[in-house]
Amino acid sequence: MTTLVNTRPPDRGWRLFLRTIVARAYPRVVGQQREKAWIFFETFLPFLATVGYIYVYRAMQAPEDYIGFVVMGGAMTAFWLNVMWSMASQLYWEKESGNLALYVMAPNSLMAILLGMALGGMFATTLRAVIITVLGSLLFGIQFQVSSYLQLLVVFVLTMTALYGLGMLLASLFLLWGREAWQISVALQEPIYFLSGFYFPIRSFGFAIAMSASIVPLTLGMDAMRQLVFATGPALGFLPVQVEVAVLLVLAVGFVAAARFWLSYMERRAIEEGTLTDRRR
Amino acid sequence: MLNTLRRSFVPAAWLGWQIESNWTDPFLFLVFSVVKPVASVLILVFMYQAVSRAGADAPIYAYIYLGNAFYIYVGAVMAGASYSILDDRERYRSLKYIYIAPVSIPIYLFGRAVARFITGTIAVVITLGAGALFFRVPFNPLTVDWPLFLGALALGIVCLTFMGVLIGTWTMTLRTEPWFVGDAVAAALYLFSGAIFPLTVLPSFLQPIGFALPLTYWLELLRRAVLGPGAAAFPTLAAFSNGQLFGILGGITVVFGLVAFLGYRYFDQVARDNGMIDAQSNF
Repeated sequence: MTTLVNTRPPDRGWRLFLRTIVARAYPRVVGQQREKAWIFFETFLPFLATVGYIYVYRAMQAPEDYIGFVVMGGAMTAFWLNVMWSMASQLYWEKESGNLALYVMAPNSLMAILLGMALGGMFATTLRAVIITVLGSLLFGIQFQVSSYLQLLVVFVLTMTALYGLGMLLASLFLLWGREAWQISVALQEPIYFLSGFYFPIRSFGFAIAMSASIVPLTLGMDAMRQLVFATGPALGFLPVQVEVAVLLVLAVGFVAAARFWLSYMERRAIEEGTLTDRRR
Repeated sequence: MLNTLRRSFVPAAWLGWQIESNWTDPFLFLVFSVVKPVASVLILVFMYQAVSRAGADAPIYAYIYLGNAFYIYVGAVMAGASYSILDDRERYRSLKYIYIAPVSIPIYLFGRAVARFITGTIAVVITLGAGALFFRVPFNPLTVDWPLFLGALALGIVCLTFMGVLIGTWTMTLRTEPWFVGDAVAAALYLFSGAIFPLTVLPSFLQPIGFALPLTYWLELLRRAVLGPGAAAFPTLAAFSNGQLFGILGGITVVFGLVAFLGYRYFDQVARDNGMIDAQSNF
């Protein structure tokens, strides 16, 4: 009789961190591609809303670039929905389904688990955003005039880093808030679409409100991308792109650091009190 | 009948209200009930202000604002009725107990829709009030044709509830992604019912979809009740009198009632046969 003995020492430190990211990203990437209905609805719903807003601009006889603004906003809604429902609410879901206690007991970091979710979710969401952009562009004849691909890439990466950092932070807060998390996710959707200027330039708000709304990374991210992608973008932009890049960098660092702090705090409380992971509470 | 109301409708309405409202204090509940619909209407207001030079006097402005304000009922009542069945099955895991209790499920769903109707009404009232006070929407309670308004509102809500019951029982038979169905239908209706732009803006091959939907006629009646002759600025349904619009809406409501009744019986049987009453889609 042979016995199988695992002689390999368990991973620790950054190796464990990386393996956790890959392990948690895997089901997101593979699972979502297997769930065809999910792909359809997550693309179809934002696209329907986007088309609705396009026709509103058509009814108002708005300049054509505004149609492009709407398509970009519609594409970015996929990221916001992904952050709110598949990340911020995720620990709450895990608690509801009984997995959270296992996450906390396991030797890997919660930050790595959430980062894995983020990367896995971002892959599928980026595909959806591309589909919305391509469909919108083809159906409504949108003209892009990219002034700098490098800046565009930098803005996108910084926006996503800050946005998913915010998602991680909200994940720990939503867990503490319990049942309110569900209501907050639902209630925040339209206010964020409004305040972040998903469908119109945020300079319409005036400086003070636009600056306050910039706490949500998508606000400045989208404003900068519009300036870089559309001919009339710079004229309708809120701040110069370089300034927006600097603010996005601060937001990215700030949100990721805050998420790390809150996740550690939440993990500590879960271990000390043993109640945070209980789905009956 | 009274027994059914006492056993099914009243407790469901009360339960729905508790689920909607008791997760926080009344003030925060009010804020949360209002912030979502008001934000959605503000998106349109700022879109309009960003591009239009005509100001708030242009008929399209009132058209968009009022259409979006009344559309709150669609999300609240129709999508809400379908969500309530999923909430009971997936979140609270209580649908199986409700099924074996001596209650009528369709009446129970009507009851659950009442709570959403109340929260929706709060949001609509505040949205209209904000429109009149801050956004120069031509809404004056003294000039509203109240009989027309209340009649159209009641008929539309009944129709929306039928649609909600139909969608709710359909989603009960779905194993994957049942949560998206209510939203998908609400989003499609938003696009095709002329809620925020006249149907004539849609490509001509899509316009017949709008004319087949009850919401198109419902929203037109509500706009006419609120705006009076100002509502006739768009020619889409100008050829129809109020009576004709009521007739069409009433006819479609009867059809939806019949479809909801038959659909409920069919989907209920499918759900029972497939063991979906206590299923978990692992959200």
